[in-house]
Amino acid sequence: MRIVHSMLKDLVAIGDDFDAIADIITNVGLAVEDIHHVGGTVAGVITAKVLRTERHADAAKVHRVFVDAGDGVERHVWCGAFNMQPGDIIPLATPGTVMPDGRAIEPKPILGISSDGMLCSARELDMGDDHSGILILPVDTPLGVPYGEALGLEKEVVYDIDVLRNRPDAYGHLGVARDVAAKFGISVTPAPVLPAAQAPVRSATVELVDGDRCPRFTSIVLSGVKVGPSPDWIARRLTASGMRPINNVVDVSNYVMLETNQPNHAYDFDTLGGGGFRVRLARDGETMITLDDSERTLTADDLLICDATDRPIGIAAIMGGQNTEISDTTTAIALETAWFEPAAIMRSVVRMGLRTEASARFERGMDTHGIERSTARFVELLRLTCPDLVVNEGAVDARAPQLPVPPVLRVRSARVGALLGTPFSAEQIRTLIEPIGFVCTTVGDDLDVLVPTWRPDCTGEVDIIEEVARLHGYDLLGKTVPKSTVPGGLSGVQQRRRRLRDVLLGLGLTEAMPHPFLTAGELEKAGLPAESVRLVNPLVVGDDMLRTSLRPGLLKAIAFNESHRRSGVALFEIGHVYPPSTDVLPAEYEALGIVIAGADAPAAVAVWRELAAAMGWGARLDQSNVPAGLHPARSATLSLGKDTIGAVGEVHPDAAEAFDVTERLAVLELNLSVLLANEPKPAAWKPTSRFPSSDLDLAFVLPDSVTAEKLDKAIRQATGNLLVDLTLFDVYRGTGLPEGTRSLAYRLRLQSLERTLTDDDVAAVRAKVEAATKKMGAVLRG
Amino acid sequence: MIDQILAARESALTRLAAATGSDDVRALELEVLGKKGSLTDLKAGLGRLATTEEKKDAGRALNEATTAVSGALAARLGEFRRAERAVQLEIERLDLTEVVRKPSRGHAHPVTQAWQRLEDVFIGLGFQVAEGPEVETDWYNFEALNMPANHPARSMHDTFYVDHGVPGSTVLRTHTSPVQIRVMQTIPPPIYMVMPGRVFRNETTDATHLAVFHQIEGLVIDRGITLADLAGTIESFTKAFFGDGFTSRLRPSYFPFTEPSAEFDIRTPKGDWLELGGCGMVHPNVLRAGGIDPEEFSGFAFGFGIDRMAKERHSINDVREMYTNDIRFLEQF
Repeated sequence: MRIVHSMLKDLVAIGDDFDAIADIITNVGLAVEDIHHVGGTVAGVITAKVLRTERHADAAKVHRVFVDAGDGVERHVWCGAFNMQPGDIIPLATPGTVMPDGRAIEPKPILGISSDGMLCSARELDMGDDHSGILILPVDTPLGVPYGEALGLEKEVVYDIDVLRNRPDAYGHLGVARDVAAKFGISVTPAPVLPAAQAPVRSATVELVDGDRCPRFTSIVLSGVKVGPSPDWIARRLTASGMRPINNVVDVSNYVMLETNQPNHAYDFDTLGGGGFRVRLARDGETMITLDDSERTLTADDLLICDATDRPIGIAAIMGGQNTEISDTTTAIALETAWFEPAAIMRSVVRMGLRTEASARFERGMDTHGIERSTARFVELLRLTCPDLVVNEGAVDARAPQLPVPPVLRVRSARVGALLGTPFSAEQIRTLIEPIGFVCTTVGDDLDVLVPTWRPDCTGEVDIIEEVARLHGYDLLGKTVPKSTVPGGLSGVQQRRRRLRDVLLGLGLTEAMPHPFLTAGELEKAGLPAESVRLVNPLVVGDDMLRTSLRPGLLKAIAFNESHRRSGVALFEIGHVYPPSTDVLPAEYEALGIVIAGADAPAAVAVWRELAAAMGWGARLDQSNVPAGLHPARSATLSLGKDTIGAVGEVHPDAAEAFDVTERLAVLELNLSVLLANEPKPAAWKPTSRFPSSDLDLAFVLPDSVTAEKLDKAIRQATGNLLVDLTLFDVYRGTGLPEGTRSLAYRLRLQSLERTLTDDDVAAVRAKVEAATKKMGAVLRG
Repeated sequence: MIDQILAARESALTRLAAATGSDDVRALELEVLGKKGSLTDLKAGLGRLATTEEKKDAGRALNEATTAVSGALAARLGEFRRAERAVQLEIERLDLTEVVRKPSRGHAHPVTQAWQRLEDVFIGLGFQVAEGPEVETDWYNFEALNMPANHPARSMHDTFYVDHGVPGSTVLRTHTSPVQIRVMQTIPPPIYMVMPGRVFRNETTDATHLAVFHQIEGLVIDRGITLADLAGTIESFTKAFFGDGFTSRLRPSYFPFTEPSAEFDIRTPKGDWLELGGCGMVHPNVLRAGGIDPEEFSGFAFGFGIDRMAKERHSINDVREMYTNDIRFLEQF
């Protein structure tokens, strides 16, 4: 919201210390985000009279202008505009002037002849859009003085304010002025008085058909109107506020809204059918053409202002219609000033996608009794350009019972102190909030507080407590630290997640954070089922699927890096996935995804084993159950009991190809919501032996149908507690071995806690292992 | 015999003086003190001496000779070994900046690093950490937080709606505040909790805004909690996280779920003010939605962005850089 300093000053007698005023406004909760200086004079630009002009034979686009800046010295300026005559008074930017666009004026020579500055157009001086020629000043302008001074140009200072949602009143200068006045300990300028109505009675009747949506509607007819330009100061302040001056009637209408916050609408009374208003809901599909030249189709939830013949002439609170627009020939206006039900206005605004200065105010909630001040000010200002203005008898103030009545709130001073940490007496509270319009009645130690009509946001005691804090000053409420009586710390899940992340980082994996939304194509490319939960309103069309797997995101990341000549990238992500569910919410869970470029499935299993060992996890690896999108012969499901808790292996080459990845991709995916949920038993100490160990190397020929894991298990069972370490150190397939078999070479480290093992002991182990593994079809070699 | 002993001793010491390396010393040791060494031979001859006196004198001379020679041998061997080791060490000299293989450490995402540092600071201040779902019901995300349907403040949040259940009933959480309600529903006061997590806003991204980003939120509910407690907690956090030279202030603001509400700014040692986040006293309606009696307990809440902490710590000029998953970016942290 742009608050113009001069407009604020009309309402509250503050000085011109802009920064200090901005600080005060900020500290009462209306953050000033910026202070703009608009218009005014450009230092270094002075008035000068054209003495003569002269063409130069070699210069087609510029001519020489000789001017007098009041000191009798003839100055020479090159100029590209030809609209001046000898005797004209023009603005001369002297060398050294910095123009509003940042350009510095230098005595730049053309054809070897220097220039004593630059003559300026209106646009160059930030005085409008006119750049057709040099600005010609009035004939009686004194010479050699700053042009702004000569023209009576005034600088406007604008505070850019971030108006909070709970301060609908602060969209008007009056609302800001009330807070500022309270802080300065002074009063707001009283409202002007509406002049007495004069005969004849010219009444714009009002019929409230749907009064619940418009509980108050006033109309007043003003005659003796003469449409023309506004006074400069009104035009200037409107411009500074970001509005375009149009004519005196429209400008006053806008100005009054900016000042008092109360929107109003002026209709040409002579074009108002039936000479009155009818406020009713639209019919579904009813259309009308609004002031912005668009045809609007309405619904039965939109409120219309119609004339007395039921012809729509405006969408209530949003925009007027073209048919009753003020024109140059208007001589009488019917002024509408109303209060509309805010929530319904917001619905219409959202539905139509049409937010205007007026609707923005109505949808936040207006003062139910701001109409009087606004109407009086309208008349006062329009009189400046229409001295014959008549306030006709017959004004109408139509009301419906739904007009809100402000509440009286019980405010307990003990409660104020308890919440703010500083004690406040009822009297102190009264002193703080009465200046901004709250009316207090003392009830013992407490107060009954009548909320002003312009503060519909205040509906409970705590709203008043905030007002007390705000006006007292947050800075003065002190800083204390509550004593936490709970032990701080991470939960078990959080501690385990941190441990997991540390292990992942130690394994050389780098953490990625891909986008959680996917396109349908991406799930398909990854070979994953297309079922997913969708966004209703995605930011990017098609980017609307909530991920069901971390894999597509990681594949995109790997592809990006590969395309930037970074192969062998190893990434992990810990993040949420959101599979569909019929429950209240999707079946969201936390997952770990790992993709290692340039690595194969055993590398993924090795990572899984390392994590499992570090985290105390266990799971069954089932290669017969191939997870979607993974290599059919190099992948397995990880399961715990009946639940699938992950997948391990390699990305299906089709999927890798679809993501433009050429490397082999090891992959590991785990459901962390399951795996991190339980505290694993702490690792139990196993004593280390003081006796020497013996190594036993055994190579087995084993059919491909039997997994190494099974052989592992058989060896472990056969050796019992003598086995302290079992390492698979070689896998061989090929020449010398029967078809469909491979050789697996293991090193068994044997050790006893009680004694040194003898050759016989080792031989006995070997025999047991041989016997046990034979049963599964393994042949011990050598 | 004594002459022979002295001669053997002299000869051994002379040859030792001429030795050029540890191998010479070991060979000499064998020749003099070995099984068939010169002094060993003489020892065997002791028995053949006639008198006890002679035996005694020769024995003493032999012992002295043996001790002297073996001592000299050992000393010389030590010298040679040290010299030879020194030569060997020099041969092994390397330029330690000729590193061919690079250790491959993984890199935690800068946002995770910021997230954990924030958690750790709050844990130090006595807070626990809570989490919640990212897909939320409208009730937890808005209604329970004093934003019933059609509440104007809802338009402050550009919400992603999720096609799940009754239309409009499911959203991607626009803030971490729904976790406040979930915490209140499960843990009786006193509550000292921070709630970090991923949040979503349906708005176009730019250098300082993301549609998917991270927030951390704090919630304290206990008996007698005041706005001054909020200001003091923010101040403690500011000093603990940013450093001793930093201070903080609260400015009035508006959020539907807190009242009084405030923005909190931090002041750098240079004197600049930076807007950090929003905070306030938990609104009585929010306490009620969480099943807590606002007449018995009061509390405060605060929240701010995690991504921005990472962005500013590492002087990253555009938040979007953090989500490229470009290994050249990730490896920097």
